[in-house]
Amino acid sequence: MRKLGLIVNPIAGMGGKVGLKGTDGVEILAKAKECGAKPESPQRTREALRLLLPLENEIELITYPAEMGEDTAAECGFRPYVIGTIDVGQTDATDTKRACEDLRAYGVDLLLFAGGDGTARDIFTAIKDTVVVLGIPTGVKMHSAVFACSPAKAGELTALFLQNRIKRIREAEVMDIDEESVRRGILVAKLFGYLKIPYERRHIQGLKAGSLPDERVSQQAIAQDIIENMDSDCTYIIGPGTTTRAVLERLGLDATLLGVDLIHGRRLLGKDLSEKQLLDHIKGKAKVKIIVTPIGGQGYLFGRGNQQISAEVLKQVGSKNILVAATAEKINSLLGRPFQVDTGDKGIDQMLSGYFKVVSGYKERIVYKVTH
Amino acid sequence: MTEESKKKYRLRENFHQAKWDEPIIFELHTPGERGILVPEAESEVVEAVGNGISALPENMVRKQGPALPEISQMRVLKHYLRLSQQCLGADFNIDIGQGTCTMKYSPKIHKMLAGSPKVTEVHPWQDESTIQGALEVMYKLDIFLREISGMSRFSLQPSSGSAAIFIMASMVHAFHTYHGEAEKRDEIITTIFSHPSDAAAAAVKGYKIITLYHDENGLVSVDALKEALSDRTAALFITNPEDTGIFNPKIAEFTSLVHEAGGLCGYDQANANGILGITRAKEAGFDLSFFNLHKTFSAPHGCGGPAAGALGVTEDLIDFLPVPVVDFDGEKYSLNYGIPHTIGKTRGFYGVFPVILKAYAWIMSLGAAGLKEAARVAVLNNNYLLENIKKIRGAASPFSAGKHRIEQVRYTWEQLTQDTGVTTEDITCRMADFGFHLWSSHHPFVVPQPFTIEPTESYSKDELDEYLEGLRKIVEEAYENPERVKNAPYNSVVHKIDHSTLDDPEKWAITWRAHLKKHR
Repeated sequence: MRKLGLIVNPIAGMGGKVGLKGTDGVEILAKAKECGAKPESPQRTREALRLLLPLENEIELITYPAEMGEDTAAECGFRPYVIGTIDVGQTDATDTKRACEDLRAYGVDLLLFAGGDGTARDIFTAIKDTVVVLGIPTGVKMHSAVFACSPAKAGELTALFLQNRIKRIREAEVMDIDEESVRRGILVAKLFGYLKIPYERRHIQGLKAGSLPDERVSQQAIAQDIIENMDSDCTYIIGPGTTTRAVLERLGLDATLLGVDLIHGRRLLGKDLSEKQLLDHIKGKAKVKIIVTPIGGQGYLFGRGNQQISAEVLKQVGSKNILVAATAEKINSLLGRPFQVDTGDKGIDQMLSGYFKVVSGYKERIVYKVTH
Repeated sequence: MTEESKKKYRLRENFHQAKWDEPIIFELHTPGERGILVPEAESEVVEAVGNGISALPENMVRKQGPALPEISQMRVLKHYLRLSQQCLGADFNIDIGQGTCTMKYSPKIHKMLAGSPKVTEVHPWQDESTIQGALEVMYKLDIFLREISGMSRFSLQPSSGSAAIFIMASMVHAFHTYHGEAEKRDEIITTIFSHPSDAAAAAVKGYKIITLYHDENGLVSVDALKEALSDRTAALFITNPEDTGIFNPKIAEFTSLVHEAGGLCGYDQANANGILGITRAKEAGFDLSFFNLHKTFSAPHGCGGPAAGALGVTEDLIDFLPVPVVDFDGEKYSLNYGIPHTIGKTRGFYGVFPVILKAYAWIMSLGAAGLKEAARVAVLNNNYLLENIKKIRGAASPFSAGKHRIEQVRYTWEQLTQDTGVTTEDITCRMADFGFHLWSSHHPFVVPQPFTIEPTESYSKDELDEYLEGLRKIVEEAYENPERVKNAPYNSVVHKIDHSTLDDPEKWAITWRAHLKKHR
């Protein structure tokens, strides 16, 4: 019998409708409640779980007590196996993390969670990518790519995965924005890492169209194209992401997934560099290029998860020396929305706006719009 | 008379597809059963050639006979007739749901012409003097297509649309080679809603592909094209109208910018059905342009018959056409192999003649005014459906809201899916319960939950209404009882099947041998 773990972050999303950017922190939660915020998670979780009811006898649902899953599961008609203990009404991130560890120890096949970026980050902190997970989107902040596009889709995808009808998994970004900074008017999105989620062929209805290469194959094709066109005199700033990681892997370089690296003549000059280190490295160099891929589920090229490549760095390198790489699948998942830039410098954002020739495969380019 | 009693169509709610539960032909195998007893060779023959096998090189002689099924003629006949009854064939159903395919009526008399011994008994190696009629048909079709497109000369060699695109890419390469620029010009530009083969066939030729994406109106901006253009541009290969049914009104500006950059412009006229006699490739600034005779010219399309892509070019490119072309000196028709910079032969012989003949017959039977009328009716039918489908709850037509479309529309069921969980695929399966074929492929899958409808000129208003009634009925079911739709089909040959194995290479069995290996 397949085991499904469920974690509901009962307060996720409460800050959104009252304009609080998120619900991280005890005081903010209290303020949200004062403003009349109502729990969003249970309702959205029910929408997802409803689609799993037909599998009730084929799966074992394991969850945490009361508002962290038990209540919602029971309301849907499940009889969940409940583990762990909580202070009802007083849960926080430590409960989420403990629940992840307990569910992993129980051997769940998939961990379904309801929450936002903060919840995803807690899960990543607790268990890294040791368990396949999937997010029911309920939070205020949704920069991570670990969420299904709707609660119903989360339910559907979970069912397919538990029935072994989806076997492939993909790596999806976990990102979070520092809420404190946002409330002070500064947006700092950090790329925390990657969680494994069931691989959904986005927007491809039906499998009759044949087997398209999965994202990793496309990433390898992109990497090969970039490497063949590399200039040995040029210094390359490599942004974070699985697409750019493929370039470094193919070059046999041990690079960072989350950080910004620097290469020259196919050799690594520096790993996980800060803005200042980047500026020091490129100072006085005639040829510098940036290889970057959009980060997260919203198609940000700069300003989310790769702030090290700052407005100043971009200014020095120039927009003509930016090489954007993205799989067609990632571009299509934006449903026509342009790539975004938010470097904090309006002049630089303006400089980056327009059309880019994006490397989308081996000898393949997509001309795609960038806005700010 | 009430509105209801005036209705001349009705949904076939009692439709049921034949279901023969027919085994795979290999399972009908009975050792020793024979369809034909081949007579023994006469003694003179044996004397002359021996047993017929000993003359073959030893390494080419099979050690064991092929594992073909052994079945009598009558059982073979029944087997295939049963299978044919299990298909929703083009002559049975209202198959306007095969958008982009241009499904239209192929007059049976044209099929009879193509099946006449005057056609079937002709051999392409016959002397030209004995096939003057066939050559005349090819020559005159070339002349007709010149008139329809404004191009200067056509090759009827390409045996499909994709073959025509590949030949366009080869001619582009030959042209730039002649001008000493082939090495530098290694990029071909296309758009995301153009025929997918425009990118694929050009990539097979070795070109790098740049794909332009649409804006919120479904149009590609001039700025996007400018970003793509450079001294590396070999050509633009584009479909217009695109598979959204939206016509790019700036096409002349596009071709002009490509020419300024030193590139050529190739027109994929896969979607020509709504513009015959209305707009032409030449005036839009194209250098190469091809028609799918099997789509637009009723030959018919897809599994209904073989294909032909007739490729026309302007004066500047005639010298690069594949050989042979058909010439006429005022007295006799002949095959001309003497084109100066030809890319050579691109297939055996001269083209798919039965398709060429059917297209010729279709043009002859309609005349110039008839072609234009066919295009206008195709557009009218499409916009009639557009207005009615938009009124169906959960359906929408993305891009260019409020504007008419040319000959097809790529719709979306995204809202319906969000409301009910019912997807395009579920609707596709349920439509089969009422005797309709709805296609399930809508490359490039940019539109979520897509469905593409192309009604052409062949279908009557009653048929379009019947089809709409089918869609309305299913949507009603989706909102009231989504499981009813999600578990369809009920009246088809097979019921709901699990497609997930199609994504699992370990389960694929494309041949009987693979089936035995993986599943027995």
